[in-house]
Amino acid sequence: MIRVALLAGSMLAVTPLAAQDHSAHGAAARPQPEMDHCAMGHLLPEQCPPKGEPAPEQSPEPEMDHCAMGHLPPEQCPPKDEPEPDTGTDGEMAGMDHSSHGGMSDKSAPGAAPESALPPRALEGPRHAADAVWGEAAMVPARNQLARENGGMTTGMVLVERLEARIAIDGGEDGYLWDAQGWYGGDINRFVLKTEGEGEFGGALEDAEIQALYSRAIGPFFDLQAGVRFDPEPDSRTHLVIGTQGLAPYMFHVDGALFLSDRGDLTARLEAEYDQKITQRLILQPRIEIELAANDIPEREIGSGLTKIEPGLRLRYEVMPEFAPYIGFEYEAKVGETADLARLAGEDPDGLKAVLGLRAWF
Amino acid sequence: MHKVSRRRLIKSTAALAAASALPLPAWARGASLTHAGKGFGEVSGEDIELAIGNHHFTTGGRSGHAVAVNGTVPGPLVRLREGQTVRLHVTNNLDEDSSIHWHGLLLPFQFDGVPGVSFPGIRPGERFTYEFPIRQSGTYWWHSHSGLQEQAGHYGPIIVESANPDPRYDRDYIVLLSEFTPMHPHEIMRKLKVGEHYFQRDMLTATEGEMSGEMRRMWGKMRMNPRDISDVTGSTYTFLINGHGPQDNLQLAFQPGERVRLRVINGSAMTFFNLRIPGVPMTVIQADGQDVDEVEVDEFQIGVAETYDVIVTPPSGSHAIVAEAMDCSGMGVASLTSHKGHIATPPPLREIPTLTMVDMGMMDHSGMEGMGGMDHSMRDKSLVPDDVVVGPGVDMIAPMPVDRMDFPGLGLDGAGHRVLRYTDLKARRMNPHREIEREMEIHLTGNMERYMWSFDGKKFTAFTDDPIRFGYDERVRVKLVNQTMMAHPIHLHGHFFELVNGADHMHQPLKHTVIVQPGGTATFDLTANEPGDWAFHCHLLYHMHAGMMQVVTVRPFPEGDGA
Repeated sequence: MIRVALLAGSMLAVTPLAAQDHSAHGAAARPQPEMDHCAMGHLLPEQCPPKGEPAPEQSPEPEMDHCAMGHLPPEQCPPKDEPEPDTGTDGEMAGMDHSSHGGMSDKSAPGAAPESALPPRALEGPRHAADAVWGEAAMVPARNQLARENGGMTTGMVLVERLEARIAIDGGEDGYLWDAQGWYGGDINRFVLKTEGEGEFGGALEDAEIQALYSRAIGPFFDLQAGVRFDPEPDSRTHLVIGTQGLAPYMFHVDGALFLSDRGDLTARLEAEYDQKITQRLILQPRIEIELAANDIPEREIGSGLTKIEPGLRLRYEVMPEFAPYIGFEYEAKVGETADLARLAGEDPDGLKAVLGLRAWF
Repeated sequence: MHKVSRRRLIKSTAALAAASALPLPAWARGASLTHAGKGFGEVSGEDIELAIGNHHFTTGGRSGHAVAVNGTVPGPLVRLREGQTVRLHVTNNLDEDSSIHWHGLLLPFQFDGVPGVSFPGIRPGERFTYEFPIRQSGTYWWHSHSGLQEQAGHYGPIIVESANPDPRYDRDYIVLLSEFTPMHPHEIMRKLKVGEHYFQRDMLTATEGEMSGEMRRMWGKMRMNPRDISDVTGSTYTFLINGHGPQDNLQLAFQPGERVRLRVINGSAMTFFNLRIPGVPMTVIQADGQDVDEVEVDEFQIGVAETYDVIVTPPSGSHAIVAEAMDCSGMGVASLTSHKGHIATPPPLREIPTLTMVDMGMMDHSGMEGMGGMDHSMRDKSLVPDDVVVGPGVDMIAPMPVDRMDFPGLGLDGAGHRVLRYTDLKARRMNPHREIEREMEIHLTGNMERYMWSFDGKKFTAFTDDPIRFGYDERVRVKLVNQTMMAHPIHLHGHFFELVNGADHMHQPLKHTVIVQPGGTATFDLTANEPGDWAFHCHLLYHMHAGMMQVVTVRPFPEGDGA
């Protein structure tokens, strides 16, 4: 829930004050009107005011005017008129100066009616003009298809985020892990399946879960997801799930969820990862997974509080964007009471693993 | 097929043909497809036959399915005369509905060719007849307005010869720019929806790019990508000139001293091209088929669906016509040559541009300290009118969008030679003097991550019954505000609008398509004098498919009157 609150906070953060500052600056930057230029026809008509009103702004720099007015061919315009795309911040600032002849943005038509002042004749006739020519019966299927084909797309994908072998570097058993999800739906509403699990080579499956979720876009970057989770291993158990998944500021992919089990246990999990391109195909991905529990769950050897932290680093090579083998390592640590329980049971509460796997989607 | 047979047969000359063609098409029955020809033939006259069919297409190392008209990609040049009446008989040999939209032609709305807006579409096996008088001259083009067929090759050029021949040139060529991809268009659309920046293989990396760490963090904070120049790139596209890829060595011949008119048409689905002929200056004489005062330039950007006519007088030799994709992921190349067989060597690809704060609509700032821009909210709902729905489909609201009609286009602002800008265009013929009666603002909105695109935050699915309304002969100033970081070529069917580009108001240039630069605005004046319902959309095919479309209606119109 902490996660949800954080996300909501970051998404809703708007800065109206900054916006007000901004327009104030724009106004302050306007130079004095120069009526002469307009009278002489030197200025573009849009930069000239309608008669009797003060002139809108124009560039304070005369040489810029010549360029805007077309008196000079473009190549004779000062270089700051044409910022190099790669000169960084300075170049960008120069570019702004150029277009910030605020006059250019003032193309309002004095005396014109507002958008909502439709002339009555604009509402005449049948709802759809083509129905009058081809008949409604012929047009309706075409119209439905047009709507479907221009914004009504449903599609889906399957993403195998991690399919890996895990080699225990500091002793212990080697194992395997999978972590995949798929979705189908439109832009806003989707059906999502998630599954993950792990086990030891030659041993039994240790953990496995599958989630079936309804997902709804609640902002430009985040989906709210709710549904059920079923764990066939270690003990068959069912949870209600509510969570959120999306792209946080600074391009972190995050996925956080709360789970309420059929025995009343409340747990949470948060995953975050970041893709850093080293080259166009070589991508370094730091990833962290944190688990929490609101209460002790003795049969799973879990104590309340923070229960597990798993930071990892994976380096993948995108043979195709859809197919990327990777290597990396991951540190897996039980913490707090959960670590104590592990020690009591004679287990190592943490371990370092080298991972070798595949990220793929289709 | 049962779906088709259940449909009520509409009044059509081809009901019988449709019925007999209902069984599976030849290629679905296992018959092999013929290869589509590269380039095009020519059709003209009062009655013109066009047949849409499935074919195979190969260029360079890429080959795949194509939809070809009269067996070629592009389809045939339709040559018309100003003042004639034409009957275009279009036979659909596909196993899905099809259509032809006559891009830029003034005509009765029911023959504009947009299924669901102007007519029901052309059923498989049907032969549909478009009939209308030709009221203009210039360079135009035609293309499918059904599904994503345009991507697959269903497009071609139109020349309407003027009643008064232009003496300024000796030779006349079409230069039709487009793309070929072996990938199915629906698969491209799916990858755009599900795979983050799937086709963009030139992203900023840890080691490449000169952007400062501070700027990188600012982009990251906004969850935006400064290399979002083109959604679909040379990673899957081979760029074509008249259906010829760079390896097909297309030659356009001329005699030294000749004045050659090049009718440049951007018939691509998704690609803006920067076009130049190194060493050969170009004199622009038409934009979107309409005469403009001559402007000499060394390069110009042509947005999807735009046309420019230029006259060149190349010196003896072979000159490369270079149509470089805006993101520099590839180029279309042809040789303009006075020596048959001599292939010009094109210059290497330039560097992909990187978006700047101006492209985010963060103007400003002489007076602001440091990174003033970082203080701006990038999604302040109070900056847009109430009718803009700021939901999951809108990832950004430009803090301070300004008019960018003087911007030459991404990648060209530092070109180092003369580049065309909208502010250079001036109508050659005087437009009627009209006062502006009403003002209107339309916001171009989107979400790059979810690949959602819309007008005013509403996908077409959301307002099919709520069109943009104009009274007949109403004069309206329309301001398009681009709340995204991509350039959108916005096309209004059935009309020419006047760019409010600084030319005096009697000489504002006429266009059917206008590029709205990232984070900026573009303004046009429209006299809504073509009655009926018209499509209005972003001409990036997959943006339209994602919902960036609307219907414009001009009322009243003469009901039930065929033409």
